[in-house]
Amino acid sequence: MTRQERAGWLFSGPVLAIIAFVFVLPTILALGLSVTDYSIYALADWANLRFVGLGNFNELLSTPLFWRALGNTMLFATLGVPMAIGTSLFVALLLNDATVRWKPLWRVLLFAPYVTSIVATAVVWRFLFNERFGLINRALAALGVAPVDWLGDPHTSIPAILIFVTWKVFGYNMIVFTAALSAVPGDLMEAARLDGASRWGRFRHVTLPAIGPTLLLATVMSVAGFLQIFAEPYVMTLGGPAQSTTTVLYFMFDEGFKWWNLGQASAVAFILFLMILAVTIVQTRIGRRQEWL
Amino acid sequence: MVIVSFMPRGESTTLPTPLWPSRWSGENYYELLVRRQVDGGWFDYRIVPALLNSLGVAAISTVLGLLLTVPAGYAFAKLRFRGRERLLQLLIASLVVPGQVAMLPLFLIFKELGLVNSYAGLILPSLAGIFAVLFVRQATLAIPDEMIDAARIDGASEGRVFVHIVLPLLVPIVVTLALFMFLGSWNDFLWPLIVLADQHLYTLPVAVAAIAREHAADGELMMAAAVVTTIPVLLLFLTLQRYYLTGLLGGSIKG
Repeated sequence: MTRQERAGWLFSGPVLAIIAFVFVLPTILALGLSVTDYSIYALADWANLRFVGLGNFNELLSTPLFWRALGNTMLFATLGVPMAIGTSLFVALLLNDATVRWKPLWRVLLFAPYVTSIVATAVVWRFLFNERFGLINRALAALGVAPVDWLGDPHTSIPAILIFVTWKVFGYNMIVFTAALSAVPGDLMEAARLDGASRWGRFRHVTLPAIGPTLLLATVMSVAGFLQIFAEPYVMTLGGPAQSTTTVLYFMFDEGFKWWNLGQASAVAFILFLMILAVTIVQTRIGRRQEWL
Repeated sequence: MVIVSFMPRGESTTLPTPLWPSRWSGENYYELLVRRQVDGGWFDYRIVPALLNSLGVAAISTVLGLLLTVPAGYAFAKLRFRGRERLLQLLIASLVVPGQVAMLPLFLIFKELGLVNSYAGLILPSLAGIFAVLFVRQATLAIPDEMIDAARIDGASEGRVFVHIVLPLLVPIVVTLALFMFLGSWNDFLWPLIVLADQHLYTLPVAVAAIAREHAADGELMMAAAVVTTIPVLLLFLTLQRYYLTGLLGGSIKG
């Protein structure tokens, strides 16, 4: 073994060992767990453990709440991703404009929510969304809109949480887009302007191809993020009202750590993993076709 | 949030909702941070212990995390050893797997090992910094090989090369990473919620969520809790934001 080889293993060995122990091994075990009926009885005594094959998955498919959670999660992702990406891209474009002053200040202000604790900010937003006393309804009342029971009505609970999540994650994507926008070739932009391309045309044909890879990466990350929503409904609505904000991960947490159906919960985790994997594969395919990768 | 946290108890739930406290009151903070009288007995929310817990846990996982991931990132960038490329591909591929898949079995493993309800069990998973290793590797690639080779020819050991040549160049990256790790640990919610059962061990987000479940109606009290949770990290971020944002800006271009 060369000196470099020894040093290489010495430097990377410890973290690789930890990754193997707390991540790789459990992930493999999760697959095993998902085909057993590991529950509170097995927790007490291993002898109670039985192999159930695909039984957990079968049972999930006939559980209405699981479908509900799946639907809610999809709704979160399909509404949330365009909302989060769209607003942050729009603001990044605004901030990129040469006429905007105090850029660093704006950046810091808009980024600040991202570093705060989800739990603490969810508490604050729960208060803002309060039907009778919340500031949001008060602002709406000034516009003549009747009070909305944001978190108490199954129709508005998801939009309300989405507004909160968008506010929260917005800054991160904005910074990523700002970085990408600074790499857009200026002479190309100038040439397009001289050729009389409209604002939209310049965005479509100059900016978009240049930031394509970043846009794709941000979308992949956001989809994964929205599919993993948990803390927001946990703090703001406890999955309600009428289970309208029970997400897949919320369902997994309840199933696993409230009812101790760990086998069942592992099956849920696996379905979540497959969903994220599938979406990622589809997105990379699209990216390849657009020659963004 | 700050304004409401200083309102006397119950004022935020009067109509029309006040935008300014009728009198500035510290009672929410007193109650939250010190103690509260319920039915003649004194009751403690344990926010101060939770705050200290969070600080300690975040500090330890940041320091250990850096010690583990920075040398590894360097090794993956500059040291040639067998299996390096394959390991690197594995690390990148594993980024797709959501952490929650590992959580349930990990809980069972930790239970067997007696790590549930302990800080070791809380911190250990946060040290598996796949993203951090890749982040450091990316930054280290920019350091010219000639510099490292020159030091080797002068007879420096591999350890010396890393500590005296590479590490000083990585300082901005390490600061950025430290901030990432600290904030990540401070804000983490799901795993502490799972692994900690004992109230005395609660970290701040778990403690606040617990109060939120029981005291949903006490707007002012909850705002005070939110202030206590948010302000420290916000201050940390504001002082170090130059590193953080440039680190993020630089990293994403290469990404």
